Amino acid sequence: MMNRTPNTATDSMNPERASIENKELEGLSQRQIVFRRFVRHRAAMVAIIYLMSILMFVFSALDLKFGPFLYRGWWKFDTEDLLDLRFGDCPGGTQGCPTISLRPQFLGGEGIGLGKHPFGQDNIGRDYFALVMKGTQRSVIVMLVIGFFAAAIGTIVGAISGYFRGTVDSVLMRFTDFVITIPAIVVGAVIGARIGNLGAVALAVFLGLFAWTGLARLVRGEFFRLREMEFVDGARVAGASTRRIIFKHILPNAIGVIIVSVTLLLSGAILLETSLSYLGFGVVPPDVSLGLLISTYQDAFSTRPWLFWYPGFFIVSIALSINFIGDGLRDAFDPRQRRKISKKEKKLARSELRNN
Amino acid sequence: MAAFIIRRLGILGVILFGSSFILYNLAALAGDPLGDLAFSDDEEAQQQIAGLRRQLRLDVPPPLRYFIWLKGILGVFVGNAADFGLTRENGLVWDEISLAIPTTIRLVTAATIVAIVLGIAVGITSALRQYSRFDYSMTFVVFLLYSLPIFWVAVLLKQFLAIEFNNFLSVAKIGTNTIILMAITSGFFWASIVGIRRKIFWVTFLVASLFTALLLAFMNSTQWFLDPSLGVSVVFVLSIGIAFATTHLSVGLSSRRTLYASLSMAVIALIVYYPIQTILNANSSLTQMFLLWGITIVVAVLVSLFFARMDRSPLIRTTIITASLCAGLIVLDKYMRTWKSYMQEDAINFRPVPTVSESNPLLPQDDYWIRSLDILMHLFLPTLALTLISFAGYTRFSRGTLLEVLNQDYIRTARSKGLTERTVIMRHAFKNTMIPLTTIMVVDFAGIVGGAIITERVFGWYGMGTLFNRAINGQDLNLLMGVFLITATLTVLANLIADLLYSALDPRIRIGAGKS
Repeated sequence: MMNRTPNTATDSMNPERASIENKELEGLSQRQIVFRRFVRHRAAMVAIIYLMSILMFVFSALDLKFGPFLYRGWWKFDTEDLLDLRFGDCPGGTQGCPTISLRPQFLGGEGIGLGKHPFGQDNIGRDYFALVMKGTQRSVIVMLVIGFFAAAIGTIVGAISGYFRGTVDSVLMRFTDFVITIPAIVVGAVIGARIGNLGAVALAVFLGLFAWTGLARLVRGEFFRLREMEFVDGARVAGASTRRIIFKHILPNAIGVIIVSVTLLLSGAILLETSLSYLGFGVVPPDVSLGLLISTYQDAFSTRPWLFWYPGFFIVSIALSINFIGDGLRDAFDPRQRRKISKKEKKLARSELRNN
Repeated sequence: MAAFIIRRLGILGVILFGSSFILYNLAALAGDPLGDLAFSDDEEAQQQIAGLRRQLRLDVPPPLRYFIWLKGILGVFVGNAADFGLTRENGLVWDEISLAIPTTIRLVTAATIVAIVLGIAVGITSALRQYSRFDYSMTFVVFLLYSLPIFWVAVLLKQFLAIEFNNFLSVAKIGTNTIILMAITSGFFWASIVGIRRKIFWVTFLVASLFTALLLAFMNSTQWFLDPSLGVSVVFVLSIGIAFATTHLSVGLSSRRTLYASLSMAVIALIVYYPIQTILNANSSLTQMFLLWGITIVVAVLVSLFFARMDRSPLIRTTIITASLCAGLIVLDKYMRTWKSYMQEDAINFRPVPTVSESNPLLPQDDYWIRSLDILMHLFLPTLALTLISFAGYTRFSRGTLLEVLNQDYIRTARSKGLTERTVIMRHAFKNTMIPLTTIMVVDFAGIVGGAIITERVFGWYGMGTLFNRAINGQDLNLLMGVFLITATLTVLANLIADLLYSALDPRIRIGAGKS
């Protein structure tokens, strides 16, 4: 990245912009420039804060076990508790409707509060808040595992194939083509039927083994370009080993492409997991996941819509904020990316240019 | 070139062989087709097991059984029909697939076309108005659509759109609040596209929202939604509008000859409006529609040849587009006038938006218009669901590509040699934006043929996705492999076609030069 970014803006058409950009980037390292650009991306910052708070909220809610240690969650129920169904005061004679209320008293509501079952209860009385928290945890873990395996395999395959070219490249790329022709949903369906009962993580590992193809192609293209650069020749002449050239010289320059596409892969992964579970090929009961929750209760939608809304809300929020973060990262890593410069800044720069 | 294609086809064969081998064994590992029978207490279970084992050759281990299957498929090359094997129910896999393919293609084609047209339009508008309100709000909408799981959207659409829309259509009165809301929305929509300066923004806002409000109020008062139609006058006015718009977009209004050629298409639409109604009757058919379209194009070419002097092709192209759009209007009008009798059919009973299956078997089959309207109504919700998802991709992609193209040197050259902005955008930028888009479209189309699994399931369509589902759940190996072979072949071929298209459209890329 450091070699392709024109760190001094030389736009002859637009001297004010060039002056502003030069001044901002003066004396900063590449990493700092990227970080600054990312922090300035407002949507991405909002998304990252939002995602972090959701994750902390979700993962602290229920009891977690780490070997012998037990973490006590702040939520009073667990997913296995069978509680009395709330009925009588629900609309349409249904049972177990949510007690959450967001309308303050002066607007004619019951005041802001959670109540006993904020997200309601399912048909046998389990607390739906606990179920949704558990499902979100599962879905997030699956997403991260898929992302990890896809990133690792994709980067390695892409790097090797792009660096060595020739026979190694054609063999690896033909192998990638094999994997591409088998759609992820087919893999999940076939594997899920067998591995599904081993738990969500095993399923995620398997899906990750098939999700790396797009990334591998991107990394390969990036390596093709970078290996022809002078600094690689320089390293080679200086006697660096192949491994060192790949990992120390080329890979750091390709990291932007990798990070961005892994982020976008993550949001695809959570949708993949939920879709598979919805079809019944992913996570299987007694384990819980967001897609499974929606699939289990979809027939109840017309009478008890809360069973449908809350898992969907969490899927959409997580995927949406990851997409925004990915967009922010892409903008931050892209040297051609230009921010909007306000009129005030332009005026200031113009007067400074005139004074010089 | 030929050598390149042959070599690529060879590689494709190898890839298909490899991936089908992997999948066959994965699937065979995943489940035992006799599993549910083995635990059965039924006396016939043993016989059934023996029968299935003989039929499906289950006594052969999977890696070898794969080659038995492959031998059936490869029969194509020695002159036999391809043998896809038997399903568990002892039917031919090929019969099932040939029933399912048209359904899926119908679903996917409709969704892809709508998504492409809308996606490109919105993407390009938002690139031309980069960093505007329109751009920001479209970016948000696109990200939102990206993040929606399709099954969730589909169930929501089914629940809300179908039921609410049916309720609305049977009454067909829009409330005052809704009118105001829609007017303001459309005002903002158009104003954020058109207006760069503040004054133009508010003027557009006012005009657009007033127009929308008046139009809706007028439709309300004449009960238009119960018995919609355009009528000859509206068709004529819209045709003239289309003629102006296409001319303006393609060559500019300053080219008088093109404008006259397009306008004469509108006049022809007016002249043939009444005669054509006698042809568009209950006995119409799809072939007739295509025939009429062909005649339209021939007429358009003849008329444009009369007007054209030099540089004929843009004029002819514009006239053909105008003529097709005007013909589309007449057909739309016909569908609208079928609406009332469609709603009154016993099988429909004023609930026109269906949520399951691909057509209504209870409808009388003798009227072409009612039949095809029924098919269109059944397409409505699943297409909407699929469109929403792929629309996002096209918008984002066309926006990104256009922005990239606009930064190129040749655009600067075009501008600095004094071409109008319209020529720069439509001729120089837009054409080059379409190159990567075309290749994406091809691959995408092949991709959704296999990817409509969830949509088909939610809306109860009997297509490839349903077959696939059935194959997995019933451990029906031959059926699974049949579906996979079709979709994988499509995907691989689409990739090849995309590469060829790319080199055909972009002269900088030479195919077969260097290693693929």
